[in-house]
Formats: sequence, structure tokens, C-alpha cells
Amino acid sequence: MSRIAATFARLKKEGKKALIPFITAGDPDPGLAVPLMHALVEGGADVIELGVPFSDPMADGPVIQRSSERALKQGVSLRSVIGYVTEFRGTNKTTPVVLFGYANPIEAMGAERFADAVKAADADGVLVVDYPPEEAHKLVEMLDARALDTIFLLAPTTSDARLKQVATLGRGYLYYVSLKGVTGAANIDLADVTRRLDRIRCFTALPVGVGFGIRDAQTAQRIAAVADAVVIGSRLVQEIENSAHDQITANVRAFMSGVREAMDVVGKVEAAT
Amino acid sequence: MRMYDLPDARGHFGPYGGVFVSETLISALDELREAYARCRKDPDFIAEFEYELKHYVGRPSPVYHARRWSEHFGGAQVYLKREDLNHTGAHKINNVIGQALLARNMGKPRVIAETGAGQHGVATATIAARYGMECVVYMGSEDIKRQEQNVFRMKLLGASVVPVESGSKTLKDALNEAMRDWVTNVENTFYIIGTVAGPHPYPMMVRDFQSVIGREAKQQMPEMAGRQPDAILACVGGGSNAMGIFYPYISDKAVRLIGVEAAGHGLESGKHAATLCAGKAGVLHGNRTYLLQDENGQIIETHSISAGLDYPGVGPEHAWLKDSGRAEYVAATDDEALQAFHDLCRLEGIIPALESSHALAYAAKMAPRMKKDQILLVNLSGRGDKDMHTVAEKSGIKF
Repeated sequence: MSRIAATFARLKKEGKKALIPFITAGDPDPGLAVPLMHALVEGGADVIELGVPFSDPMADGPVIQRSSERALKQGVSLRSVIGYVTEFRGTNKTTPVVLFGYANPIEAMGAERFADAVKAADADGVLVVDYPPEEAHKLVEMLDARALDTIFLLAPTTSDARLKQVATLGRGYLYYVSLKGVTGAANIDLADVTRRLDRIRCFTALPVGVGFGIRDAQTAQRIAAVADAVVIGSRLVQEIENSAHDQITANVRAFMSGVREAMDVVGKVEAAT
Repeated sequence: MRMYDLPDARGHFGPYGGVFVSETLISALDELREAYARCRKDPDFIAEFEYELKHYVGRPSPVYHARRWSEHFGGAQVYLKREDLNHTGAHKINNVIGQALLARNMGKPRVIAETGAGQHGVATATIAARYGMECVVYMGSEDIKRQEQNVFRMKLLGASVVPVESGSKTLKDALNEAMRDWVTNVENTFYIIGTVAGPHPYPMMVRDFQSVIGREAKQQMPEMAGRQPDAILACVGGGSNAMGIFYPYISDKAVRLIGVEAAGHGLESGKHAATLCAGKAGVLHGNRTYLLQDENGQIIETHSISAGLDYPGVGPEHAWLKDSGRAEYVAATDDEALQAFHDLCRLEGIIPALESSHALAYAAKMAPRMKKDQILLVNLSGRGDKDMHTVAEKSGIKF
């Protein structure tokens, strides 16, 4: 079983939902990349989505754009991000890591070399924002051959026909983007998310994570009641941006713990009823 | 011989093109593709498009024999396709009318656009005023500084101009920001892309709307010159004016197709925007194409004296035409373009856009080495009124 599948299986047994934080690797500086990953785990992360900075993050809002610019200014590349995973694995062999980014850095490295490097670093999955299923076959093939998971996005506007296609190609979990728009945009509509998740589950047995628009423990708690995983990105990156340098890891850990606690209440309530 | 019928159903030109966007944009692109497939065959839609091109834009644009400029070379005869005479001063308006009619057909009351030099922004603002649509134009804050007059023109026409502060604060960042607006407001908003780039169906759709240039030229050249030209030259930034004039000639193998990119300070200087001459294949702005990028796949900043060519990507169909050998791609430097700019002013009484001056510059290189009965056709894609400041500054003059 893959590390991601094992994580979701364990959580299910414990009656918990997965907490998946997103950070841009190397933001605000490369020295903090690995300490931040550990801080996320200490704060209660079940899976880490590690953002690969890109010069043109078309699907991201201003917060994640700025984090990408900060990392790039420090020379962070896809190669360095893979290096952070290797270093992280030196002490953490259990938390799944998903590389999250745009197509071009992967295209520049070459799909096969990329898949080899991800495998060698012992990362677990890859999500490429601008590879919809139609254009992802080659990468999926490469990753499948190395027992790595390709994670796909689903949107409020994804049709049933596409749900079927994504369900076939997707591995590990699916990531439902709960809002129209870019990362870090407005508030989410819980009833609508619930309806969409029901529909998605008609087509797949994969766990479904929900992200975009989750900004506090309370929202995370409400989403955890209906989804298999809660993804928090922009809000966390904002925490990093707004913290004094020597407080970053502590603040990230504290923010994560607050979310974790709120989410675990859901599990307990569900287990009790 | 097999007919040229690209792109395929998913927008591929060989390995290039395609739909490389986040899932959040897929349904909007599906909706657009269906609407365009319907409209391009609809006689009423076509009739209205043609009516607007004739009565609002002033088409057909003439083909003009640049006699004195040709004599100056003592070689080939140079003809100019006068897109500079269009309403708003460039070829951009052809495409904008097509897409605005499509927006109206789809019931979208709000249009958005990205712009670099401001020409596409002005064309979009113009048509939005003409059809009573809300219009928002995204423009890099660096470009806003360089193109104050066009910003003012857009505002006069009733558009909002939103400065983009991210990345290099130029055209590519404006495109990113327009995409972000579109994905957020897709229900009431139509994104009018200004060039033959972006996700399918944009490269095909913009080419189709611009191909009126080549269709007219194909009819006009026998009347004006007694035959089709030996070569057609057009400048290439994103590549819409070049695709527009090349497309109807693709199957006409006797006619050389030459795209001229911006070599800036020279290809070896690293300060240029010659994507096809010096770039490498990759994925940006929804399609696979040639890109100017570093070894890590990050997009690099480009340079050209003409803001309209200052783009690190290029339309995917050009990438395909290059690889297949059907078209040739070369580059002209800032200085060569300026020389051609001044020569055309002095010898023909035509002030060309700095973008188009790149195509003129390469024609100036070719013509002297050709025979007097040979013919070059240059797509004069825009007029140079907007470039007064840039050219004056180069000559050390301040207004």
C-alpha cells in the first residue's frame, strides 16, 4: 500500500480526517524549508503538499504568488525542492509528501528524470496544476511505473463525464477545489460542497480532500465533517509571510495545532453518535 | 497532398498547443469551444463579422507597392499589406470583433483582456464601447509607465485599466491576471485573448479571425502584382498578425513564409524576445510551445524596443510551422527595426509600428539580394503613432 493510502486507512480506523497543509518550498528562505515541514507534522499534518515555485503561477492568488516570488528570488528550483524531501526523509519516514506545482519546471527536467528523482527522494505523489487528465497520460504512466500517486483537481464545474475520467486516472486522493477562482479567494458554501462531494463519490472510492477558501479552524471543522481531507494553503502561507523570521516555525506549528484540534472534535462527535 | 487541417480536436498542432490549464478553467473552455464551433458555421454570425470588418474597421485593407523603398534596395519589389489603416491602427481589431460577437452570442456582458503595448487593450475597449459591454483591461505596471497614452485611450473609451504588480509586471503577468479574473467571474465574463496563444480554442479562433488578412492578400496580389509573392514576412511576438497572413498560404508551397522575431540587443546578448529562434519547448499560458526559459523551467524576462513583441512565448501553430519546416523564423534587432522605421517614414510617407518594423527590417535585408522581378509582401500590422515617445527618446528628444 502506498504511504498516502496507508495514511487514509489509518485515519479512517481512528475516526479522523486528514489535515493537508500546503506551503511553498523554500519560502521565505531555503534554510526553513525542512524545519517547516517538520513543524507542519508536529502541528498535526497527515500529508504535506509541497509547492514547487514557478515564475507564472496562473491559478494562484496574490498570497501564493508572493511566496513563489520569494522562493525564486532565493534560487529555489524543482531540483532543490526534491532535495528538501530527501532531507526531510532523513528523520521522517511516515508522512506522505506530495509535490505540487506547474508543468513547465517538470517539462524542463523531463518527465522520466523527474519521476526518477521523485522516487529517489521517497516523495509520494505529484499534483500538476496545469496538467488536466487529457494532457497528463505520459506523466501518470511514469509515476504509476514507480508506484507514485498522481493527484488530480476537481472543480465545482467538473462534469460527470470528466469525474469518471479523473477517477480512473487519479491516485492517492482527489483534491476538490471548493471555489471558483484562484487560491485564497472568498468564503465557501458548505451545502454546495456537501452536494458536490456526494456526486464525486458516485464515481470514485478515492478519498476526497477539499481546499481553496479554508482560512480558520472553524471552517476546517465544518469541512472535515463532510470531506476526507482538509487542505489549507493560502492561510498558512500568509502566516509565514506575516511572522517574524524567528517565529515562523512556532507560529505555523501553533496554527496547525488549532486546526487539528478543531478537526478532531468532528471525529469524536461522529464516533459518539 | 493532404490538406492542412490543424489543430486536432483537442487543439494540438503536432506536439504543440493543447489545453494546459487548471481544472477550474476546463468547463469555461468547453463552453467557448462549443460556442465557437456553432458560430463559425452560422451564416448570420459570419455575415455580421464581415459587415463589421467592412463598415467599422474599413476592410479590405489595401496592398500597396512600396516603389521608392524598393528602388532604394535595387532588388525585389516590396508590397505592404496595410493593416495600419484599420480602425484603431492595427490588425488587433479583426480578432477582437470576432471574439466580442462571440461573447454577445454567449450572453456574456463583461469582457476582459490583457495588453502589453496597449494595442489589444485599446481594440478591446473600442469594441466594448461599440457593443455596450463592460470592459476590464489588465496591464503590467511597467507597461503602463511605458504606454501612458494608450492607457488614457482605453479610459476614454470607458474601460477600466488594472495595473498588474506581480512577476515582471509586463504582458505575461497581465495574461496571468486576466486568467485569474476569468476563472473567478466566468459566468458573466468573456476573456478576449489578443494573440494566437493560450489554451485551445484560442490559437485556432484568433487565427481564423485574423486570416482575413491572408485571404484578402491572396486576392489582391494577382491584381496588384500579377502574381503571388515569393515570400511573405510578418513580425512575430505572440504571432497573430503572422498567423493571419500565413494561414491562407500554408498549402501554397511556392510562397515562403518568414516570421521575424525581436532580437532586441542581439540574440547573443540574452536581451531579446526571439522565442522561436532561441527558445525551448515547454508549457505556459495553457499551451505547449517554444518558450524563453532558464534551465529550471522558469520563464525569463524578455526585451524588445517594441512592447508588442516583448513576450516569452509564441503561438503553438508557429512552433509547429517551424518544426515542420513550412515557415522560417528569423530575428531583427532593435537597431535594425529602427532603421527600417525611419526609412519607411522618409521614403514612403508611412509611419510603421515598431513591431511591424521588425518585418520591414528583414525585408530590407532580403530585397537587395533578390532580382527585380521578385516580390516580397510584408504585413504592415500596425501604425507607429503609439511609438512616437519611444522613437523620440532614442533620438534624444523629449516632448
